[in-house]
Amino acid sequence: MESKNNWKAWLYLAPVIILMAVFTFYPILNSFYISFLDNYNYLNGTFDGFTFDNYIKILTPFIQSGPGSYYEEVMQIALPNTLLLTIITVPISICLALVIAICLNSIKWFQKIFQTIFFLPYVTNAIAIGMVFAVIFDTDYGVFNAIFGTANHPWVTPAYGDPNSKVNYWSAVFALCFYIIWSSLPYKILIFVGGLQNIDKQYYEAAQVDATPKWKAAWKITIPLLSPQIMYVMITSFIGAFKEYDSVIGLFGTTAGNFDSTTGPKNMETMVYFIYSQISDRATRGGVGLASAAAVFLFIIIMIFTALQFWVGKKRVHY
Amino acid sequence: MRQDYNSLHLVLKDSGFDIKTRENISKVMKIIGMVFTYIVLILFAILVVFPFYWMIITSLKSGEEIQRLIPTYWPEVFVWSNYSEAMQRLNFGTLLTNTLIVGIFSTLGTLFTTIFAAFAFARLEFRGRDFMFSLLLATMMIPGEMMVISNYTSVSLLGMTGGNRTGAYLAMILPFMISVFYIYLLRQNFKQIPNELYLAAKVDGKSDWAFLWKVMVPLAMPTLTTIFILKLMGTWNAYVWPNLITTGHDELKLISNGLRDSFNTAGDIDDYGIQMAATVVVTVPLLLLFIIFRKYIMRGVGRAGIKG
Repeated sequence: MESKNNWKAWLYLAPVIILMAVFTFYPILNSFYISFLDNYNYLNGTFDGFTFDNYIKILTPFIQSGPGSYYEEVMQIALPNTLLLTIITVPISICLALVIAICLNSIKWFQKIFQTIFFLPYVTNAIAIGMVFAVIFDTDYGVFNAIFGTANHPWVTPAYGDPNSKVNYWSAVFALCFYIIWSSLPYKILIFVGGLQNIDKQYYEAAQVDATPKWKAAWKITIPLLSPQIMYVMITSFIGAFKEYDSVIGLFGTTAGNFDSTTGPKNMETMVYFIYSQISDRATRGGVGLASAAAVFLFIIIMIFTALQFWVGKKRVHY
Repeated sequence: MRQDYNSLHLVLKDSGFDIKTRENISKVMKIIGMVFTYIVLILFAILVVFPFYWMIITSLKSGEEIQRLIPTYWPEVFVWSNYSEAMQRLNFGTLLTNTLIVGIFSTLGTLFTTIFAAFAFARLEFRGRDFMFSLLLATMMIPGEMMVISNYTSVSLLGMTGGNRTGAYLAMILPFMISVFYIYLLRQNFKQIPNELYLAAKVDGKSDWAFLWKVMVPLAMPTLTTIFILKLMGTWNAYVWPNLITTGHDELKLISNGLRDSFNTAGDIDDYGIQMAATVVVTVPLLLLFIIFRKYIMRGVGRAGIKG
């Protein structure tokens, strides 16, 4: 029976193994390989030898200045943008999600309805809702400017038909972060509420007997007992933030917000945006090599961050 | 014993309240806390719902009404023609057909590969099982961008890009017929099915194949429904990969690409009504699925965060 099961099991696994060999394992190795090829043209497979150039071009902040130069994009635009978005959106959204989850967990009436409402942003199309946010943040007729009295402040697009109107970088960052936080809350809330419901009520009863104030109970009981979920959410949202892409496309369009001119830098470009733009714009002119190098670089950053969080988590997380 | 009671009594006296007042105070505090909690929740709920509300009312406004300095919070005249124009502009029929073809085939494909793999990992004994399973899980750590580049060159070399319809469909379906996370999810589900059932089926002379389809799959139906819905929604929202495959070939685009490309000039105010109508058209099917399958979706998404 043992040996019979053996080949049968591999038969059951065959579809997965074949598809993953072609579309997962081979590409991972191949990307590493391509990242060391000079001037790789994927259509006829030619390249000018092996090189570290792709990495050097990506990692050097100033190599060749002038318009249309893509080399500085990573260090000057894409990486700072990505780090900034991560540093702003991850802590804020985790804190907000925690507050909402704790509130949700402590109410009796309408709990289900609130839970459903807070989950809504999860089941939407990032492009579609990004376009909605672009309308909300519109300079001339956007409801955001109307509500907050910031008349005609350009958040996402310059004022209509006014060549002097420019979008300020930090305004664009604000709008983008607002949208990213809005859309990333539901997943976190769901995970936190799930964790809260598993916490034994006895801890709170004990706290009540000791007349512990509610906020102190939240700080001393809820947060530590929820630390596995917080840890999990932190790691997944860091990874998600490093790979931010759809939200930029949804809000700023496929040009990723080139505020200065149509040929100028893509001000809101992220790491993943850089990778994809290299594939689609410069595929046969060495862009695939650059994109691979950038992807490997991104992979390494994500690995380091994840390892760091695991290391911190070992000290702080109570299982 | 008696002394203890006295000292307790004294402490209460010192604080200036007797037990009755204390109880009342804590009751009032509780109510204030509740009210405060509900206010926080309602404020956030408004923040969450507002973009949906704004999308819908803007989609029904006329161009003139959108361009008022003081925005209106309810359309004065319902301009339903925004919707017919949006459908036309999107080329909705084509986009829907493409998305459904790709969505249904990649979802069915995922279900089959997931069922087979989860069965092998959960029920069958074979050498290298744990190693294979860890290897699969390890790939979840690697960002998809690493694979996209090489996959793009692969499918280009196979002639699947450049407007070849069957090729484009295959390129959008085949790489997405696998999901390690769903294999993990279903394996957990299969493992909960008691071993006695399996042994009983063996005694009855049932094959593994029959046991899988007659016993395990029906028992795992809730998880399979979850996978089906989430996967379908995934295709509906897919943007990057289909965009690479179908660049320059509008007739092959999926719904998210079509939406972005039809309205790519930001700040085109005259278009906002039509644009928002298009986003409603793209969003409503998702919301409908969510309303119908709320339990399955939330359970499936939430499962990820619970250990074990």
